[in-house]
Amino acid sequence: MSASERPRRIRVQRDGPLLVEGPVEVVGEDGRVSVCDRFSVAVCTCRRSKIFPWCDTSHRKRAKRTTKDEDGTA
Amino acid sequence: MTTTTARRLSRRTVPALPAPRGPLSAAVMGLLRGERDAGVPSPAGADPYGDDLQLALYVLYELHYQGFDGVPDAREWDSGMLAVRGALEERFLGALRADVPVGDGDSAWTALDDLQVEPVDGTGSVSHFLRDEGTLGHMREYAALRSLYHLKEADPHAWVIPRLYGRAKAAMVAVEFDEFGGGRADEIHAQLFADLMADLGLETAYGHYVDAAPAEMLATVNLMSLFGLHRALRAALLGHFASVEVTSSPGSRRLAEALERVGAGPAAVRFYAEHVEADAVHEQVVRHDVIGGLLEEEPGLEADVVFGIRATGHLEDRLADRLLAAWRDGGSALRSPERAGTAA
Repeated sequence: MSASERPRRIRVQRDGPLLVEGPVEVVGEDGRVSVCDRFSVAVCTCRRSKIFPWCDTSHRKRAKRTTKDEDGTA
Repeated sequence: MTTTTARRLSRRTVPALPAPRGPLSAAVMGLLRGERDAGVPSPAGADPYGDDLQLALYVLYELHYQGFDGVPDAREWDSGMLAVRGALEERFLGALRADVPVGDGDSAWTALDDLQVEPVDGTGSVSHFLRDEGTLGHMREYAALRSLYHLKEADPHAWVIPRLYGRAKAAMVAVEFDEFGGGRADEIHAQLFADLMADLGLETAYGHYVDAAPAEMLATVNLMSLFGLHRALRAALLGHFASVEVTSSPGSRRLAEALERVGAGPAAVRFYAEHVEADAVHEQVVRHDVIGGLLEEEPGLEADVVFGIRATGHLEDRLADRLLAAWRDGGSALRSPERAGTAA
């Protein structure tokens, strides 16, 4: 089966976004349509994201830690 | 009709060799200039994280990316240069193996989960400092230093592709495709970073800030080149990549907020805003399919994945200490802020 014929795969996680094969359109309650054409799209499920409907990792647990190694990007 | 402003491409510049910082880097640059009698001393006694060794290694790795003005491209595969590089790598890698020990049963998943936890008090990291107290001068210094990597963003990781297969390969290529702009040249992350630099009034020519970068910055980039160029370290490269993707999204949010607060332009904010969204996706793909796919096929490589994660943290912590110590002291984190043109 080619990619266009098979069902679209969505990965569901308990503490994390829905991972959907892109491109994706999300229609909000107000009818506003958000579009993302990435190969894979992380859709927020915790509603804490500042870029809702997309995930910004705001679902993560917070705790005391001492390391500083969190400033790179890729 | 859409019009685009013509942008200068950073990599049209083939940089000059940087200034040496000791006997190792001086000898390496002598060899590259064609001085036949430039014998390279043994690195056995050199500080593995120090300026001299890190710069010598950095220059040798650059032959694989962009090269230097006046150095023939073919020197990349000069067996004499490769032998020197090997001795420097042995010293650097030996120090890392000693400083970030990995136990037999250490789990890659636990190592990645540990990176996910955000500090509750919201302090301690460079991005927290910049968000809360950063000045435009700090942001310019930060961007000038990070440019050593970001102007070739995701390039060191492309070397791992032929060493992977199956699920890990397909997923790694998909993430790299995103890093390289998804087929659009003006969306290449390295280009978005050049746009950020231009917004901050920085020089975007490739290699411009190498002389200004302390050893701690050089070491973070050398780590990627070391892992990327060696097939034997392919799992460490993926561990490194995963740790950057896992930690990038919240850090990028803070840096975007810092840039907004100091009044940087839209291109500057955009680079980090793009990484908030992109890296939230990349984290998931790298965990489930890149690391998951690799360890399904080659479970014996798990310790190397953990090593890559911890070595990245080790070197990023050293860099953070250097930056924060300088800035909290009211000084510059650059070796030569006036010459680099970033003096606030």
